[in-house]
Amino acid sequence: MNRHDQHGSGRTAHRPWRTRLLAAAGAGALLLASGAVAPSVAAKEGDGGDAGDKVLTVAVAQSVDSLSPFLAVRLLSTSIHRLTYEYLTNYDAKDNHVIPGLATEWKSSPDKLTWTYTIRSDSKWSDGEQATAEDAAWTFNTMMTDPGAATANGSFVGNFAKVTAPSPTQLVIRLKKPQATMTALDVPIVPKHVWEKVDDFSKFNNDKDFPVVGNGPFVLTDYKPDSYVRLKANKDFWRGAPKFDELVFRYYKDQDAAVAALRKGEVSFVAGSPSLTPAQADSLKGEENIRVNDAPGRRFYALATNPGARAKDGTEFGDGDPSLLDQRVRNALFMAVDRKAIVDKVFQGHAVEGAGYIPPRFSSYFFEPSGEQELAYDPAKAAQLLDEAGYRTDSDGKRLGKDGKPLDYRILCHATDPNDKAVGKYLQEWWGELGISVTLNCLDNVTDPWLAGKYDLAFDGWSVNPDPDFVLSIHTCAALPATPKDTGATDNFICDKKYDDLYARQLGEYDAGKRAEIVKQMQSRLYDTGYMNVMAYPNAVEAYRTDQIESITTMPSAAGNIYGQDGYWSWWSAVPADSGDSSGGGSSTGTVIGIAAGVVVLVGLGVLFAVRRRASADDRE
Amino acid sequence: MSSATGSAVEKRAPAAAAPRERARSAYPRYVAGKLAGAAVSLFAVLVTSFFLFRLIPGDPVKFMTGGRPVSAEQLAVYKEEFGLDLPLWEQFTDYCGKALSGDLGTSYQFHAPVVDKITEALPNTLLLTGTAFVLYTALGAFLGTRSAWRHGGLGDRLNTGLALTLYSIPSFWLGLLLIIVLSVGVDPIPGLFPTGGMESGREEGLAHVLDVAHHLVLPVVTLVAVEYGQTLLVTRSALLDEMGSDYLTTARAKGLRDDLVRRRHAVPNALLPTVTLVFVNLGRTVAGVILVETVFSWPGLGGLFYQALSVPDLPLVQGLFFVFAAAVILMNTLADLLYPMLDPRVGR
Repeated sequence: MNRHDQHGSGRTAHRPWRTRLLAAAGAGALLLASGAVAPSVAAKEGDGGDAGDKVLTVAVAQSVDSLSPFLAVRLLSTSIHRLTYEYLTNYDAKDNHVIPGLATEWKSSPDKLTWTYTIRSDSKWSDGEQATAEDAAWTFNTMMTDPGAATANGSFVGNFAKVTAPSPTQLVIRLKKPQATMTALDVPIVPKHVWEKVDDFSKFNNDKDFPVVGNGPFVLTDYKPDSYVRLKANKDFWRGAPKFDELVFRYYKDQDAAVAALRKGEVSFVAGSPSLTPAQADSLKGEENIRVNDAPGRRFYALATNPGARAKDGTEFGDGDPSLLDQRVRNALFMAVDRKAIVDKVFQGHAVEGAGYIPPRFSSYFFEPSGEQELAYDPAKAAQLLDEAGYRTDSDGKRLGKDGKPLDYRILCHATDPNDKAVGKYLQEWWGELGISVTLNCLDNVTDPWLAGKYDLAFDGWSVNPDPDFVLSIHTCAALPATPKDTGATDNFICDKKYDDLYARQLGEYDAGKRAEIVKQMQSRLYDTGYMNVMAYPNAVEAYRTDQIESITTMPSAAGNIYGQDGYWSWWSAVPADSGDSSGGGSSTGTVIGIAAGVVVLVGLGVLFAVRRRASADDRE
Repeated sequence: MSSATGSAVEKRAPAAAAPRERARSAYPRYVAGKLAGAAVSLFAVLVTSFFLFRLIPGDPVKFMTGGRPVSAEQLAVYKEEFGLDLPLWEQFTDYCGKALSGDLGTSYQFHAPVVDKITEALPNTLLLTGTAFVLYTALGAFLGTRSAWRHGGLGDRLNTGLALTLYSIPSFWLGLLLIIVLSVGVDPIPGLFPTGGMESGREEGLAHVLDVAHHLVLPVVTLVAVEYGQTLLVTRSALLDEMGSDYLTTARAKGLRDDLVRRRHAVPNALLPTVTLVFVNLGRTVAGVILVETVFSWPGLGGLFYQALSVPDLPLVQGLFFVFAAAVILMNTLADLLYPMLDPRVGR
């Protein structure tokens, strides 16, 4: 031991100069780097391309799945397609009503089966060619005939019999049966002269040749997987050019890092997926130059009851608790859920109490139960309802099923969603007071037990489109799987004849007002049957830098969200702030100087080391 | 004299007097054995990667289409397209056959060949983890040697204490901390580095290289801080085993300078455990460091693996798993092949 210590102490004598030099060099490198880079952070950006370009950088959490409109399904990718290709129609930013897009007007035949669209003559592709009805017809026909091209949007053409373009400004779609969603065909129309050269639509990702030919408000100019997507303003866009010169979607895998980037000004906008957490929102609220937009969301957050899983062929499967087949039990359970507490405690105010199936932002379809219909929070009445239904409590206060065993409901919850777990705890408490125990099954993958019908209740939620057809369709009998082995389009195995009749009626109803009325009746039916208990509509919480974005259109414009709108309003309308200091990621000059300084120091250290080596070599023997 | 010292002497003696011819003649057989072992391992990985991920519950097609309207017919088309309608054994033979020809299938979510996705992300991961690897190995070995040579002293205690502390810090937490302090900036420290990503995407040529280097700093610092401790501790303990040896005393008695005794005599003999560790780490380098790649939004294999698992995108998961495992096997085999050169007793 001693000997080792001796060696140690003996060695320090001829080394301090080297240690000091190392320390000095390190400190010097850090100083140089900070000195060189620091000013550039505040410096005006616009590096790379044209100096002075106004760049709007948006932090996104999702990676691009494909840049082909025939394949892309993720929100980010479809948002990019909204920006780069025109659709036949668009939705008004103010209240979501349908407005012209590539089509200026449309009408249906008396038999409701033929739709004729007038295609605008002032929309050009970015390569200079005219966008025509022929492009639209080709797009739809390709999806109808090539399964690969039907990957993303095949459902839109499922009911199409024939699509033709009798003239450059006229598109005719012939249907198999009437369909009310003909003004909500969210399909990007692509240029035929570019896309007809594609061999295999199931593999072509449209991500090799830039700029991509399009006719939307922006032109896709560059893409690097999991790094960024770069778009340039289309100066010839028929509705008018965007105010920012460039739009960049920058990929942040970690939401906290994205929030840090917003703080620093590296990005102009952060949305999160799907929302900033209450903690993030609160921490940003006091910041200078940052505005938090706490907007009504387009999602609902619900508790779904297993209505007895079954297939179209009538086979029953799964193991849902039979007591839940009694509507009184379902209603009682929902009367024992305090929605206000969920909004206040779980969502910390960043949500709205739920009731109807479609969130209030879609005002024309929004349904609210009438006074007598409402299943308001009333635990006493819930207990009474359960008693009436024959589910009484035993001497221990446990409520017994028809088989004499205590009721214990299994709730499927998403392990990755903290809201599910928190609400689950409340349910355990509230339903526990009714004498019902609750087991939370929090899983990474809830799909399997869900598809197999092996659950009693499940946390459920969907994003709703301006046209509610899809979220309504997933509760029709037609959506059930063909056999227990198959996978249907059903959300929750609901199959109710009255609901189905209403669904068919709304799909064939071309009068918007009448259709909305039927859609409300469908929601009323869903509410009464109690298979879906909509507890809340979570807000979309997002934030942006006011020193980079002066103004931006929300949707709905009165109080709405910015990211993931139905349309291109937010980014098309965004006005750069006067300071003009738009974001753009790094900064070239500062970086160059900073890194160069680092390199110089490293080279210096290398030389020093080499000199030392030579010195010790000389010392040898 | 402790028994540890005694064994060190014995260790040294045969190495010095190794019968070289015998070792050389045994080497080809040793190599053949190691290579065969590696081949068997690779095949086992291929089989495992196929069946292991079939155990993940869930219907991939349902996952892919979740949340959007899809007709039953379209679902059937997907199943056929990805070969999910075939019996399992047929899927397996298909998979093995294609894998042998370098085709790892098509990613469900990206509609692109798995090989393309991997070759796209691999260089990014290698850049990040490779740079960090060189730095933490050098730093760990350097400080480890220092610590052992002066063990028990203040420097040693500070060194090992700091290394252990950093080693036990979760890398994502340290990364976030660095982002807040060095990227966003906390008074009076200005924001020096980008918050994430690998490039600004505007520069070209030299400016691009420097831009990437600028983005590289924080993730590399995080990785080095968390990883160097391991090398340090292994080097330190290996060297400590050698410290009391007589041959070192002899070397000093010859009048050699202390750092020559360390560099020329002690360190080479203590190298084996460090070399093993270095190769194991080199294999792991390919797998990247998922958490660090996530915090710094680095477009590498780690992030890809996370995305693949969350679908689950079976072909991509399988492909990545195979590449990760193959890298470790390859590096371990390389280390095995190198040992006889470092220590002739190995492989005889």
